Amino acid sequence: MDVNAFLDGFGIVTQPHNLLYCLIGVVIGMLIGVLPGLGPAATIAILLPITYNIDPVSAIIMLAGIYYGAQYGGTITSVLLRLPGEASSVVTVFDGFALAKQGKAGTALGIAAIGSFVGATISIIGLTLLAPLIAGFALDFGPPEYAALALLGVLLVATIGNGHMLKALIAAAVGLLLATVGRDTFSGAERFTFGSLQLADGIDFVVVAMGLFGVGEILYNLEERHGKAHVPAKVANIWPSRADLKQSSGAIGRGSLIGFVLGVLPGGGAVMSSLAAYATEKRIAKDPSRFGRGAIEGVASPETANNAAATSSFIPLLTIGIPANASMAMLFGALLILGITPGPQLVDERPDLFWGVINSMYIGNLILLLLSIPLVGIFVRILRVRPAILAPITALITILGVYTINNSIFDIFVMIFFGVVGYLMKKAGFEPGPMVLAFVLGSIVESSTRRSLLIFDGDPTGFFTRPISGTILALFVVVALWPVVKHLLRRRTPAATADTSAPDREDADITV
Amino acid sequence: MSDERTTPTAAPADERDILTELEAEVAESLAEEQAPPGGPAYQVVGALVALVIGLGGAALALGYGLGSLRKPGPGLWPFVVSVLIAALAVALLMVGRRLQDSEKFTRASVLPAVGVVTFLVLGALMPVIGFEIPSLLLCAVWLRFLGGESWRSTVVISVATVAAFYLLFLYGLRIPLPHLI
Repeated sequence: MDVNAFLDGFGIVTQPHNLLYCLIGVVIGMLIGVLPGLGPAATIAILLPITYNIDPVSAIIMLAGIYYGAQYGGTITSVLLRLPGEASSVVTVFDGFALAKQGKAGTALGIAAIGSFVGATISIIGLTLLAPLIAGFALDFGPPEYAALALLGVLLVATIGNGHMLKALIAAAVGLLLATVGRDTFSGAERFTFGSLQLADGIDFVVVAMGLFGVGEILYNLEERHGKAHVPAKVANIWPSRADLKQSSGAIGRGSLIGFVLGVLPGGGAVMSSLAAYATEKRIAKDPSRFGRGAIEGVASPETANNAAATSSFIPLLTIGIPANASMAMLFGALLILGITPGPQLVDERPDLFWGVINSMYIGNLILLLLSIPLVGIFVRILRVRPAILAPITALITILGVYTINNSIFDIFVMIFFGVVGYLMKKAGFEPGPMVLAFVLGSIVESSTRRSLLIFDGDPTGFFTRPISGTILALFVVVALWPVVKHLLRRRTPAATADTSAPDREDADITV
Repeated sequence: MSDERTTPTAAPADERDILTELEAEVAESLAEEQAPPGGPAYQVVGALVALVIGLGGAALALGYGLGSLRKPGPGLWPFVVSVLIAALAVALLMVGRRLQDSEKFTRASVLPAVGVVTFLVLGALMPVIGFEIPSLLLCAVWLRFLGGESWRSTVVISVATVAAFYLLFLYGLRIPLPHLI
């Protein structure tokens, strides 16, 4: 690791304007975490136009802050209202709300905040140490490796993510198809433009993301919202006692590790790691029956794990240029807008950005710790704001924001179109996440595949004979066929039919 | 240490069970707030739309020229992807009819429809008369009719919001939104 570049990164973060954007990012993240409705991916999508107007490093620092800040905020509603602000805080509800009913809401929030901070910090240290190594390893990747890797990323997000696997795969494939709209970079031929000049340059990623995530969720919430504000329980005594800390220290340690490991996997992310961490605690506990009735570890472990995972999911993005979940796809898109292709060369070519973003997380998490322990009262009060008041404001930000990208009215209508598509997809049980992720990776997959075919002189077996791309593709096949194999196995052993498939596992970022 | 590193896929049976239980519990607590599922018709329509996209994409891609593997044409990749979409859609048609993951359109679904109309009106009017009046209208409709706010708070919040956006975009960010004043 290049220690000088690492230290320079701190120099960049501590510049006043970067500190300010970091603060803005984590506060927005915290806010949308507290408010059920918009998730981090949608919020980042809505705020993407801002990246055109400010310095790249500041922009990414801010958008990253929204993502990990949301993990802190999601806890508050889980504990106080039994209403998870984010999908990754759903398991916190069980013990968090039980604690709140016993008048220990403050303790739960305090432990969650400390766990979050510890988990995130351990994860950032891991990120700091591991990321340059992985990037160094990935420098040798050529087009075949990239094609294979991007495909594996899309597949993993589709299979591990929310909802039915076939539907997720269809959404992802449609995303790949959408990415081909416009002029073909190899031959100059126009594809799927239907003679439209505006479509010839392709569909802007920001417009699609703002439509599918932003407008789609705004419309969806309009229907789901029940229009009333919630009155949260009183929060007192936020500082946990020494006994509570001692009791949850093991859970925090294990949660950090589980979160870090699962967060790195594409599609793993915050939700799965919070579930896995909770399950682990329950399994190793001397008295598992305490869980669900207000066990402090039941709050500490998932909250630690989801923050650790949120942080470590930056590793695949910053080192090999593959977004691990929908929020990371937004950041990937933001980097592309800024003219930066995330990948192994990032650490050498843009050390300011690489280390600036990583180191901003140390500071962002400190700010979040302050926001969520001494200042938690302010965020609790925000719960009293009626959702109906926020809806038109987010709608206006979205619509005026998309206009500012190219000063184009056409973009507004494209965004509305994708908003309607996103809304209808949700109604029909399709998640827009895999579609956006595949869309952002689409042109990489296509151009790498075609370049590889040129390298291999038209022989597709070349993908399998190169060691790294071959391994990745072998993994791809295993992941793709796993559900089929599992299905067959289950048929053979009827004893195990007690439905272990659980098709609607929650995914990292889109709120519920 | 080994405990700490176990991932759900590699976990022994008892952890799997807890995980499954948890997931069921989570799904249940989420389901309380969800609209009722839409039934087979929703699933079939969803799959058919995907099928149409796949077949249409494949037909158009054929027209762009597939080329050969040695010299891939502009149509090859979209063709492969479209065929994949169509194949997946057929698979979904066969196995997915009984999925419960769709949501029924209810009377509340009128709200998003009205929302879309206000979006379209804003998009259409903005280049003609600037963003201020259409934005005010959008806020008013959303607050009063979609959100059920009182007239008083509707007026106060809409005016304050539009004024804030006016200052933010035209003076703060210096972005030339089409404006009236």
